[in-house]
Amino acid sequence: MLLIYCPYCEEERSELEFRNGGDAHIARPTNMAEISDEEFEAYFFLRDNPKGVIFERWRHIHGCGRFFNAARDTVSDRFIATYRAGEPKPVLDAEPKTPATVETYEALEGAAQ
Amino acid sequence: MADQAMATRKAPLEGLRGGSPAATVTPAVPASRIALRAPAESVSALSAALGVTLPVRPKTSASTAKRHALWLGPDEWLVIDEDGADLMAAAASSNALHSATDVSHRNTAVIVSGSGAEVAINSGCPQDLSLAIFPVGACSRTIFGKAEIILFRTAEDSFRVECWRSFSSFVFGLLSEGAIDAGH
Repeated sequence: MLLIYCPYCEEERSELEFRNGGDAHIARPTNMAEISDEEFEAYFFLRDNPKGVIFERWRHIHGCGRFFNAARDTVSDRFIATYRAGEPKPVLDAEPKTPATVETYEALEGAAQ
Repeated sequence: MADQAMATRKAPLEGLRGGSPAATVTPAVPASRIALRAPAESVSALSAALGVTLPVRPKTSASTAKRHALWLGPDEWLVIDEDGADLMAAAASSNALHSATDVSHRNTAVIVSGSGAEVAINSGCPQDLSLAIFPVGACSRTIFGKAEIILFRTAEDSFRVECWRSFSSFVFGLLSEGAIDAGH
């Protein structure tokens, strides 16, 4: 079970109390009526889906009820940092060395199997 | 002339008893409750009006006699009065900006007490309930099996488990099973 640090409860809690809220730091265009369909598509639908660090919104729905932001590694599922909603992206020290330590399907089975 | 039908109130867990020698599981007596939301500027006025200091630290509570204020979130509290006093009127008398909702009948509570109380609750709740992490007076909204509960430690071996009334039979049943397991 994952433990997630809630910046409002100031404590690590079980993942069962949380719900994912999609990508973080997506700013709604202020000129919504003027932008083209392509620009709207990019804002509304298109996401990066990175392999590695992703910034996401999470909600402590079965706890304090607050949304907060988290930096998570999509390979290892490790939470690198969590911070309150409205705060800027934290500067992460370095890329976490996850591929060497995490047993991914590719590492264990290889492409052939 | 037809006789008038009179509705009688029925508490959701009326008459139930459960648990084991390690932990008894009993329904709490009916109480009045409000779900209270307020900005930081209203906290002192509301505290004075309610007669209990609203806690501002996570996972803490405050009690005076039979009235308890439980911190749920940065601007959210559950206030319980075990004597059934009118909390809505008390909050309104503060004249401070707030939102109060009467949830006396939406919620019901189960008292779990005994040496196995922690184990009984941990049968469906992922929180660390050891005394160092969850001391007497600590409270938290959390999850118990499939139901959301509000957990409040009233003594070293006693917890008040608040849940929605529609989940109460599930919560009571799972707590009873957990209490039986706690005896082994």
